[in-house]
This record gives sequence, C-alpha cells and structure tokens, in this order.
Amino acid sequence: MLKIENLQVHYGGIQALRGISLEVPDGRIVTLIGANGAGKSTTLRTITGLVKASGGSVQWDGQELLGKSIDKIISTGIAMSPEGRRVFPDMTVLENLKIGAYLRRDKAEIEKDIQWVYSLFPRLEERSWQLAGTLSGGEQQMLAVGRALMSRPKLMMLDEPSLGLAPLVVQDIFSIIREINRQGVTVLLVEQNANMALKIADLAYVLETGTITMSGTGSELLADSRVKEAYLGKSS
Amino acid sequence: MQYGISILLSGISLGGQYALIAIGYTMVYGILRLINFAHGDVFMVAGLMMVYLSASLPLAAAIPLMIILAVLLGFIIERAAYKPLRTAPRMSVMISAIGVSYLLQNLATYVTGGLPQMYPALPGLSNQLTIAGVSTKYVTVVTPVLVVLLVAALTQLINHTRIGMAMRAVSRDFETAQLMGIRINSVISVTFIIGSLLAAIGSLLYFTNYQSIVPLSGSLPGLRAFVAAVFGGIGSIPGAVVGAFLIGICESVIKGSDWSVFSDAFTFAILIVVLCVKPTGLFGEKVTDKV
Repeated sequence: MLKIENLQVHYGGIQALRGISLEVPDGRIVTLIGANGAGKSTTLRTITGLVKASGGSVQWDGQELLGKSIDKIISTGIAMSPEGRRVFPDMTVLENLKIGAYLRRDKAEIEKDIQWVYSLFPRLEERSWQLAGTLSGGEQQMLAVGRALMSRPKLMMLDEPSLGLAPLVVQDIFSIIREINRQGVTVLLVEQNANMALKIADLAYVLETGTITMSGTGSELLADSRVKEAYLGKSS
Repeated sequence: MQYGISILLSGISLGGQYALIAIGYTMVYGILRLINFAHGDVFMVAGLMMVYLSASLPLAAAIPLMIILAVLLGFIIERAAYKPLRTAPRMSVMISAIGVSYLLQNLATYVTGGLPQMYPALPGLSNQLTIAGVSTKYVTVVTPVLVVLLVAALTQLINHTRIGMAMRAVSRDFETAQLMGIRINSVISVTFIIGSLLAAIGSLLYFTNYQSIVPLSGSLPGLRAFVAAVFGGIGSIPGAVVGAFLIGICESVIKGSDWSVFSDAFTFAILIVVLCVKPTGLFGEKVTDKV
C-alpha cells in the first residue's frame, strides 16, 4: 500500500502541493483528477523521486520513499508511464520494452514478460522492429504502458494516458488498464478525462491547486454534483 | 605518384588520430549537450604523463598506467567540474569546461616549466617501414587499423549491451531514462571514461610523430578534432570518424602543397562553411518522424 501524508512540494517560491494525503490500497485502481496545474503530475513525479518534496512522507509498503534515489524507488516495484508517453523514438519497439526491464537480470522471465505485453497489445508485436518514433500516438501510449509493465511493477502509475488520443483509442487504453489491474497490479491513475477515470476507479481524489478537496469511490464522485459541474461538463 | 601516396597515408593516419579525439567530443555532446573544451587538454596531459612515466618505467608498464591515469583524469573532471552543475544552464557548464581546459594547460606549464618535453620513442610505432615505395613510420599503418577496431568495438557496445542501451536512452531523455531505473550519473561517467580512453590511445599515436610535447600541444589537435565532430554531425559517432578522416586528409594535402601555412585556416573555414550551410553536419542528429 502506498500512503502519502501531508506531502508538500515547492517549485522555487511557488507551492505546488500544499500538504496532500492519500492512500492507494493494494490491488485497487485509484485515480487523481483535477484541472491543469492542480498538482497531479507533481504528485506522481514526487513519488518516483523526479521532484524533491519539501515536507511530508510517502510510505510504500511501510518504507519511506522520500529522499531515496530514483533507481532505488523504481526497484521497489513502482513504475510510471509518463505524461506525453516519452517513448525513446530512435529505439525499436522491442528495445523500448527491454529498457523497461533495465533493472532486471532474469533474462528468461524478461522474455516471458515481453510475450505478456505483446498479448496485451498485439499491435506492438506486429511493430516490434519499427522505431518507436514512427508509431501513432495511440501505439506510443501502448508502448509507454508496456514499457512500464516490463519492470513487473506492483504499483503502476499512469500520467494522463488519454492525452491527445482519439476516443476509441482511449477506450482501448482504459480497458487494458483494467486488465492490468485484474492481473494484480495496483494502479494510480492521473487524468483530466475525469469521466473515464472515475468509471474505472475504486477510489478517487480531486486535486485543486495543490490541495485535495474531495475523495470517495469512483461512483460516488461520478454522482457528485460539484464534480459533475467542474470536471464532467454537465450541469445538474 | 609516390608523393601522392605518402600524403594520403599521412592524411589517413592523422585523420585516425583526430577520430579518436573527436569521438570523445561527440559522445559527451550527445549525452550532456556540452562541448567539453577540456578534452584536448586531457589528450595533452595523457601525452605528458607518457613522457614522465616512460622515464622511470618500462614501456609495457608505462603505457597501461598512462591510459588508466588519463581515464581517471576524465572521470574526475566530470565529477568535480560538470556534475555539480547538472541542473545549471548549459552556458555555466561550458564555462566550467573552458576553466578546466586552462587549469590543465597551466598545471602542465607549471610542471614542465614550459619547456618542451621529449616524447619517448615507442618501438612498434615509431620504427620505419616502406609501403609502395614510400618510407613511413609504423604508426601510419597501425592508426587506421586500430581506429577501425576501436570504433567497431564501440559500436557493438552502444548497440548491443545494457550500458550502451542506457547511454542511448540518457542521450535522448534524462527523465524517462531515470524512470527506467538508469542512474544517469554512472552513464555520464562511463561516457567520459570511454572518451578519455580513446583520447589516451590517440595521444600515443599522435605524439609519436612529434619530437616533443608542450602544454599547448593539445589545443590545436583538440580544436581540429572538434571541427571534425561538427563536420560529421556532432552527437554522431560515425559522423565524427568520417569527419576526422576527411579533415586529416585535407590537412595533409594542404600541408603538402605550397599553401601549407594555411592548413589550419582551411580547417576552420570548413567549420564556418558547415555551420552556415548544414549546421547538423554530415550525419547530424536524425529526427524520427511519424510516417
């Protein structure tokens, strides 16, 4: 279980996170929704160690993550599919998957996991020798998710997986996220597409300018009039 | 005819020596986007260390020791002068590199007293031989062969090993590479180690052709290798090698003509033309686009 308490982050003089607390129980899908600049990506980036926190704690299975180096944090079983996909464009699809398993040494198991990722995303297998930069946006997102899975994470964090993708492709990606979760991976999902995210989430938090303003199960928030008005574009 | 062959041979050999320096520039640029101005001086220090080590040790011990020390120097420079500036603007790192360059030159002046140091004769490199009726040194033949072998090994390393994959990832995207669990500082250190290793080998080959070595001996070959790296497309290893051979051959041809005093002017004219006409060089960074 991931447990964040009173997490604070500053960028220069600007406070990006004003002491947020949230929990990601094992085996669940938890989503963090909010507008641009609310601090969603900052939260994920702080968990991975890319951003340094100025206060609070991030406990993962009982151990403190704050202050650890990024590679140590990744090796505890956390993976992230970053915002904007960030595949390595001049490496092949297969190389992108292999680099996702960079910290692993078990060659035979890596080979199995490549097949597992291919079974989740058959499109990637067809294109395994293609340079990742030549893939379509949706395929790149699949690759980014597949690459993160290659570290065999216990916790998978996804930053805006629906960004810039056609609605049908978004559906695909979300059904895969569900499938990954069904296979035992805990998911922490950051989304602006609140509607989709809340539909698949067990737990959801709403982040506004660095503060968590609401939380509940996905369906509770989906039914909440304030959420509807602010994030789902429906007036009730 | 013989004159032509001898010019071509020395051009290829010189080009190979520049290539070994140019790879260090281009690899560091590929990963840090930094022109490591101190690289030519590491090359000079490697030469000076060879002078001092060979004075008291047999060559079989002096050569490996010199290479190890040069590699260590490259590693320490990165850790001391560039790593603390990792998040600083690129200009700061570049100024730091210029500072290291002057530091090394001045240290060398201090140690040598500014006097030229006799470079030792290396049997196997400085002995004479005759090819196609042209008398030359062994180093002329050894250089291109060695360069081809080293470049082939380096290409294997980059394309087919774990550390090579990490280097390619870091050169593309620091953050995402870190998310894969890659420790970028180790990768950057490896880059400097490889660059210094090649420069040290290059110094053996290059200085064998000269009587002596002074604290400024690294600066011009360093600059010419830098021009070669830009010519070939900075960031590209094959580019640096091809560019170095072209620059070496051009230099040799001009030095063999009536215009020999203009050889460096010509080299830097090439730099200006390349920067104006094709700033990405012959094999500049490719951009992979969606098809």
